[in-house]
Amino acid sequence: MSAITPAVTPSATAHGVAPAAHDHSHDHAHDSGHDHAPYGWRRWLYATNHKDIGTMYLWFSFTMFMFGGTLALGVRLELFQPGLQFWRPEFFNQLTTMHGLIMVFGAIMPAFVGFANWMVPLQVGAPDMAFARMNNFSFWLLPPAALLLVASFFVPGGATAAGWTLYAPLTVQMGPGMDLAIFALHILGASSIMGSINIITTILNMRAPGMTLMKMPMFCWTWLITAYLLIAVMPVLAGAITMTLTDRHFGTSFFNAAGGGDPVMFQHIFWFFGHPEVYIMILPGFGIVSQIIPVFSRKPLFGYASMVYATASIALLSFIVWAHHMFTTGMPVTGQLFFMYATMLIAVPTGVKIFNWIATMYRGSLTFETPMLFAIGFIFVFTMGGFTGLILAMAPIDIQVQDTYYVVAHFHYVLVAGSLFSLFAGLYYWLPKWTGHMYNEKLGQWHFWLSMIFFNATFFPMHFLGLAGMPRRYADYPLQFADFNAFATVTAFGFGFSQLLFLYIIVTSIRGGPKASENPWHAIDGGLEWTLPSPPPFHTFETPPVVK
Amino acid sequence: MAALALSAGSALAAVQSRYNLAPPATQLATDIYALHDYMLIICGAIFVLVFGVMFYSIWKHRKSKGATAANWHENTTVEIVWTVIPFIIIIVMALPATRTVVAMKDTSNADLTVKATGYQWQWGYDYIRGEGEGIGFLARLATPRAQIEGNEPKTAHYLSEVTEPLVVPVNKKVRIITTANDVIHSWGVPALGVKQDAIPGFTRDAWFRAEKIGTFYGRCYELCGKDHAFMPIAVQVVSAEDYTRWVGARKQAMAALADDPAKVWTQPELVARGLTVYQANCQVCHQPTGLGTPPAFPPLVGSKVVANTPEMTQILLNGRNAMPSWKALSDVELAAVATHVKNSFGNKGGIVQPSEFRAARAGTK
Repeated sequence: MSAITPAVTPSATAHGVAPAAHDHSHDHAHDSGHDHAPYGWRRWLYATNHKDIGTMYLWFSFTMFMFGGTLALGVRLELFQPGLQFWRPEFFNQLTTMHGLIMVFGAIMPAFVGFANWMVPLQVGAPDMAFARMNNFSFWLLPPAALLLVASFFVPGGATAAGWTLYAPLTVQMGPGMDLAIFALHILGASSIMGSINIITTILNMRAPGMTLMKMPMFCWTWLITAYLLIAVMPVLAGAITMTLTDRHFGTSFFNAAGGGDPVMFQHIFWFFGHPEVYIMILPGFGIVSQIIPVFSRKPLFGYASMVYATASIALLSFIVWAHHMFTTGMPVTGQLFFMYATMLIAVPTGVKIFNWIATMYRGSLTFETPMLFAIGFIFVFTMGGFTGLILAMAPIDIQVQDTYYVVAHFHYVLVAGSLFSLFAGLYYWLPKWTGHMYNEKLGQWHFWLSMIFFNATFFPMHFLGLAGMPRRYADYPLQFADFNAFATVTAFGFGFSQLLFLYIIVTSIRGGPKASENPWHAIDGGLEWTLPSPPPFHTFETPPVVK
Repeated sequence: MAALALSAGSALAAVQSRYNLAPPATQLATDIYALHDYMLIICGAIFVLVFGVMFYSIWKHRKSKGATAANWHENTTVEIVWTVIPFIIIIVMALPATRTVVAMKDTSNADLTVKATGYQWQWGYDYIRGEGEGIGFLARLATPRAQIEGNEPKTAHYLSEVTEPLVVPVNKKVRIITTANDVIHSWGVPALGVKQDAIPGFTRDAWFRAEKIGTFYGRCYELCGKDHAFMPIAVQVVSAEDYTRWVGARKQAMAALADDPAKVWTQPELVARGLTVYQANCQVCHQPTGLGTPPAFPPLVGSKVVANTPEMTQILLNGRNAMPSWKALSDVELAAVATHVKNSFGNKGGIVQPSEFRAARAGTK
């Protein structure tokens, strides 16, 4: 299709959707003959507009975020005190498992795809995503998958309780909820792959004239690299869970020693997916933060090229470190040493990124609106997760704290304070662009401080619990762990309820509020998105801008 | 710096802390403890340095204080420096860690070898080589259900106490071979510096040489189903003399418990004996009511399998789906529990003699 040639205007005819309703004053050429907006449910079900699809992705992931968060509060509730008070242990395991699956596959990943849908075309100066109908399909695959996951709670035996890592052979003991989870993951994987193809094609083929790859905004760079990671590893996950499915129902023995298989092989395959997956969830966040820090420091990113190379190095290294999740399975000494060294090596490019952000702030002219607060919070708290990651990379220490709350603390520091806080930062940063209204700055700052304080209060003590030996995925625990657990439960509820404030801020900003200008943050050279009106018209860059 | 960290580590190690690793009872655990301190010192220094710069910028270079942005970016020298220095730091970190990894992996020349088998949800121990060879037993959670449910006050060793601890001699190299009967478990005792996954169908090993007499608690560290939190580990380290005494007593007890293989049992005898076997091994899945928790753990009430003695014998010996093999139980225990199930929960009745299991075992070889 001609839609993927750069300087061509695909116009509405290329994907059969008429242009905008809220056709605000904009100076871009558009086809005024089709000035009927799609409206009602058709606008969303038949959506081919990247902005509408981006919005749907974001609302979907927010819904899953609240659901997954509710499950987490269910976990914390039971752990408030030693003993079994609220749930049977089998249901407790369902809560931890589904919390993990839903947050990873339903909340964090789709949220980043939502950002990509909104921002990639606006940042590279493209009229839309390359494959508009496939874009529609990749979104509409998500609700059925979510439905399968939620429905699995109501089948005999309940949802899968094998942990989000789905280790064999425990998965063989699960009821039909396990099969529903497998199907859901297949669908989500297909959706991710399609989304990635779309992003790669858009970035590589639809950049505005003059926008070379090395002039691209960091967010696009990180997503380009992430999309390649996704295409590389989602099929690996699909393979692992398909083998689980056939082991369960069709008499195969991939992971069954009695039939010549090996349960540990599942872990190798899973983590070959799983480790790149954790970078899939953080690299676009790096991109968002790399865009926010320079704008609010009023200073260009310290080392743009080295940021690109660092991101690529992290992505490449992510393929050779997977077995650091498996030090306790019993590897040969050379295996342990290799994965230990390779893992530690990741600290170098990650360090480059953190030093870059700080050097960008150094001798800048800083202001601290909510996006900047979340970006700084991200650097500060994510780096703590980086330090514990380095400590966990040391095989002997890892063996002591493997499968304890230390690991729980570590990955919540990188996934909540890392991925989630970067999403919050990006949302406050681009919300004025999307809605055309400024959000309530005071409440935004409240949201930041509440999230930051409750997050640390919840997860910092978990380092101590883990060092002292409390295993993760325990429905009940010995008395010496009681104090920290009680404390973490209270603050976890605080963190959860703080997110209702976030919802309130978004809704009020959509409904009204002070009008946002074209470039509300006064970004100098902030990107093409700031050359458009806020909110941007339904169709943008129908005539590609020229980048000098 | 390394030496400093190491000595600080061993000094701290003696104090029980809620904020740090368990007080080490082996050289390996001591090394790990020191390694962790060493990492904390290095990471702490980097943290102070890096965030010192960040908070300095936040404080000094804020617009509200009139700071104007410098045009300072793209400096190759700075970028090379901050790539090379972290690289050197990780080499410094890796050196002591490498030594410990190599030491942890050396399971050769053990004085005593014990096999730990993970079951849903208890541990089985078999003394395979060294003093005490031939001893074998199962260790279950000893905390009463009423404490877990909150009907009784919880005692000091809540969820740590077991029916019988693993007893080992002090200052002897003990090799633990791990395996599992159903799903993956993980045998971990922090004070000993050991954590090793127990993988069904495979064996792995780890070792420790306890330097202190005492009881050290550990647990299962790999999610293994509903009662994952309820299969603790207790290792009792005793002096060489006490160990010899224990081995003698334990062997006598085993001999006394051994059943006469030729005895023909009556049905009430088997049903009564079977109840204890059922409570110890079966009811955690199949429930005290025999109703099970379907679909993984089917009911025994009105079960076709229970009615069919040969099939029931086979499943007890070899397992099926989530049901593990119970080969580790004696013929008498198996016959007792089979008879018990046949005569309970409203099932029709019947009797299975130990000889039938003996024959079935011979047949399955």
